[in-house]
Amino acid sequence: MRATHLWAIAAVAMASIPAARGAVLPDDRADVLYHRYDGGGVTVEGPSMLVRKKIGDQVSVSANYYVDMVSSASIDVMTTASPYKEKRTQGTLGIDILNGNTQYSFGYILSDEPDYTANTASFDVSQSMFGDLTTVSFGFSQGWDDIRKHGDPTFSKSATHHDYRFGLTQILTSRLMMGLNYEIVSDEGFLNNPYRSVRYLDPEVPKGYAYQPEVYPHTRTGNAVALDARYFLPFRAALHGNYRYYKDTWGIAANTIEIGYTQPWHRQWIFEVGYRWYGQSAATFYSDLFPRANAQNFMARDKELATFTSQGLSLRATYDLPRLGWKFPERSTLNFFYDHIHYSYADFRNLLEPGTPGTEPLYHFDADVFQLFYSGWF
Amino acid sequence: MRGVDRIAIAAALVAMAGCSHVEPWVKPYQRQNFADIIMAPDRDPVSGAYIEHVHDVREGARGATGSHGGGCGCN
Repeated sequence: MRATHLWAIAAVAMASIPAARGAVLPDDRADVLYHRYDGGGVTVEGPSMLVRKKIGDQVSVSANYYVDMVSSASIDVMTTASPYKEKRTQGTLGIDILNGNTQYSFGYILSDEPDYTANTASFDVSQSMFGDLTTVSFGFSQGWDDIRKHGDPTFSKSATHHDYRFGLTQILTSRLMMGLNYEIVSDEGFLNNPYRSVRYLDPEVPKGYAYQPEVYPHTRTGNAVALDARYFLPFRAALHGNYRYYKDTWGIAANTIEIGYTQPWHRQWIFEVGYRWYGQSAATFYSDLFPRANAQNFMARDKELATFTSQGLSLRATYDLPRLGWKFPERSTLNFFYDHIHYSYADFRNLLEPGTPGTEPLYHFDADVFQLFYSGWF
Repeated sequence: MRGVDRIAIAAALVAMAGCSHVEPWVKPYQRQNFADIIMAPDRDPVSGAYIEHVHDVREGARGATGSHGGGCGCN
């Protein structure tokens, strides 16, 4: 199971991201992508396909189909459950309508997997102003999730999500563009994973600890603000940077820093290298080891809610394919993107290693993320 | 209202107020750099959404990425 609503918001947003280039509809294009994530005993792979087409001068429609094929033997699974395989599919439909300097975007997403179904609807408006130097946008999404549980046909829970966002993109000089984004995400309902457990000290069992199901609050509200900058260098290359601060009602505070450098080479190639650092504090009800059963009203041992940092290095190559005299597509590219990410936890212990309860080695792992895709513009 | 809310809204208002009644100081013919594909924040939208999804699944923070989100393979 998963918090699919955020991914759904992503799918809508990817269809039409306002940029400081005036009010124009996105280009007609088609993308076919294969993705693979391999890290921490989990592999996730599958395709993603996007088609976007204008209808007249004022309307653009898009459709995306995305698949995750999950094979999981993560540390959570290995310590409290059995390895599993699962498939998630997601379909997205979007429509953008341009009226003068204003663009209206509507989206609907359906994500489905054996134990989780998520529906999301979204609406966004972006307005270009001040001679197209400034683009202001705001949007709203609402999601409805149905949560089930393998092996328990009586288990049926639900969650709703509301997302409010505001964006400002500003051209500051002939080389520098900056953006400010602010977002509130509010969740209500069953927000934990029905398969996850917390561990607590239990002197009655040989290994010294036992498990019980996690219990999360039924509401969560997070605030995030991010500042983004892109700078065109005196030669044909670009720098970009991003900082995000996040804080929520569960006590998680997080900082994200990203920097990147883009360098074209000859006419056919674009290379990009990037670095990303992320750090967060734990949720107030998180603990790797509770002192006893039912020690608190709310209890979590999800490493997503732990104190940790991650560092990622990304390498990206884009190759413009020769047109070979064909009328379509107007341009097409082959792309290979690779990311390597290291996760290091400060209060989540590796229970696969020996040790008395609470003294096991801290957990860390590396992940490799591959993307191979074709993009065509027509 | 939380501190981060106030900061974000104040920054947005200052930025917007600063632009009102101002002639565009970067003329259209001076914006060719922004038409270059290497300056596009949404150059690869399918890839961008995917990589944000990879992060969101494993991190507590979410939102304000200008796009994107996450959630799968998280157990």
